[in-house]
Amino acid sequence: MKICVLVKEVPDAAVTKRIDPSTGRMDRSGEKNLNPYDTHAIEAAMQLKEGGEVEVEEIVAVSMGPASAVRALHKAVSLGADRSVHLSDDALAGSDVAATGYALASAIKAESPDLVLLGQQSDDGECYTIGAVVAEHLGMPSLTQVVKMDVEGSGVKCERQAEYGYDTVQVTFPAVISVGDAINEPRYPSLKAIMGAKKKPLETKSVGDASIDVSMVGADGSQVQCGEFKAPPQKAAGQIIEDEDTNETVEKIVAWLDERKLI
Amino acid sequence: MADILVYALHYEGAFNKNSLGAISEASKLAGEAGGSAHAVVVGEGISDELAATLGEYGAGKVFKAEGPEGLAQPVVDVMAKVMGDEGIDYAVFGGGLLGFEVGAGLAARLQAGVTMEVTNVLVEDGKLVAERPILGDSSISQSRYKTKGIIIGRLNAFELKAGGSAAEVVSVTAEPSAQAAQASIVSRGEQRGADVDIEGAGTLIAGGRGLGNAEGFDLLQTLAEAFGGSTAVAATRAVVDAGWYPYAGQIGQTGKTVAPKLYLAAGISGAIQHKVGMQSSENIVAINKDANAPIFEFSDLGIVGDLNKIVPKLAEAIAAKRA
Repeated sequence: MKICVLVKEVPDAAVTKRIDPSTGRMDRSGEKNLNPYDTHAIEAAMQLKEGGEVEVEEIVAVSMGPASAVRALHKAVSLGADRSVHLSDDALAGSDVAATGYALASAIKAESPDLVLLGQQSDDGECYTIGAVVAEHLGMPSLTQVVKMDVEGSGVKCERQAEYGYDTVQVTFPAVISVGDAINEPRYPSLKAIMGAKKKPLETKSVGDASIDVSMVGADGSQVQCGEFKAPPQKAAGQIIEDEDTNETVEKIVAWLDERKLI
Repeated sequence: MADILVYALHYEGAFNKNSLGAISEASKLAGEAGGSAHAVVVGEGISDELAATLGEYGAGKVFKAEGPEGLAQPVVDVMAKVMGDEGIDYAVFGGGLLGFEVGAGLAARLQAGVTMEVTNVLVEDGKLVAERPILGDSSISQSRYKTKGIIIGRLNAFELKAGGSAAEVVSVTAEPSAQAAQASIVSRGEQRGADVDIEGAGTLIAGGRGLGNAEGFDLLQTLAEAFGGSTAVAATRAVVDAGWYPYAGQIGQTGKTVAPKLYLAAGISGAIQHKVGMQSSENIVAINKDANAPIFEFSDLGIVGDLNKIVPKLAEAIAAKRA
């Protein structure tokens, strides 16, 4: 079987995120990293490959983004992907969720994967929707926030938490599965894998290479127009105690609770 | 004229509260835009009488289709057909899991725009404009749609209003897409772990991944016992998924929504999916070793430190105070 793993480059968690007022888009300059949720998807692919229930011929990391996104792909390869595909074109800049999903699906189509894996959400946009969009364009079933996968023959039995408890769903390949962060504990890449990542094949694709209809992507092709950013009503900042002397900290907490009759 | 279609999630003879809120919201918006709000129900043997009750929350018509419950693709098939046949340009979903899966798939099928985590919707020149908080709720962004728009609400964003009359129920049959046949429910709604009651508690002690392991919950139980009275222990999704605490005690997007007098969060970072389930609590106290944890942005008292050091001493001090 062939597995494609969708990965994304996101601003480092420690970087303060902001909207660029001139473009209305997220300012994506500054330190970036592989979306931490995606490492669970790569690990899930690796565990299928190493598990022995199914023969995994290849794991391909796929990303859409500017030139810098290559670093996220290198990280994905260092974690176990065999090669990577980088969808990069100025025409894609400003794509909304639906347009991004369409473009990614177009790039994945050429790979004809049996399974597409991705993380449950991106660390920056707080969206959990991309998997369902990609799946619809590929004509595959999709399931999100999966915390357990058991491959059985031509399909996979998935468990996930939904509105009323845990659901178990049987899905036939090919399929798109977004995994929750409880599914596994991602491994750390070895130094050798990190050093070797840049030598693994990396294919860069333009919109033409991926047969993408440019009228459906980019800021102009997107159906959602975002703008008019405003500040939400802010709750007054709370009191912060840095714990240095724990006895003193506990005294302060008890006094705070007592004052509000919460004990 | 802006008609709006709303998906009503059904489980064991009742509709999801967030779906009902979405119907009320859509009914109000459609009224302002000079249109109507309708609902879609997909399930196995749902009675017309039950489907018609959606009218009480504002649905004009209820489009009812037979199909498996708990899966997104069959709902996408039905909603795409109804929106096409009836010329409906907008769909609204209440907060939850299935809603965003259906909404995202529907957006791709219809080439519509999609916005999620929406907390407010406006009508402007007969069109819907969605507002969603972004960047850890530090800013609000407005979405406008070129043609069709799919609006997915944040949990508890839309207020439920009853008082209408029974809706007309219309049976529909949609040609299932090929991918819909590739997924089937094996079991639904499995309750993992003991049945704990957190909804009636006046004080909740909640634990997250920062507890480090399942034994961390023993610390929280001791603290809960020290508080005594109507105090219970709750958890985040990550630790419930990890099997550290029962599902019945989970707060947030696919768990419970609570508003106790005191919410004490230990080792919880404060992700949006958790915040939506507890932000109405009267007093929020957070203990976390990461000074940058988002929870400190909406807590009334924040303690930056090691919960393993603080919680046992806090339990002792509270027990002593009450003795």
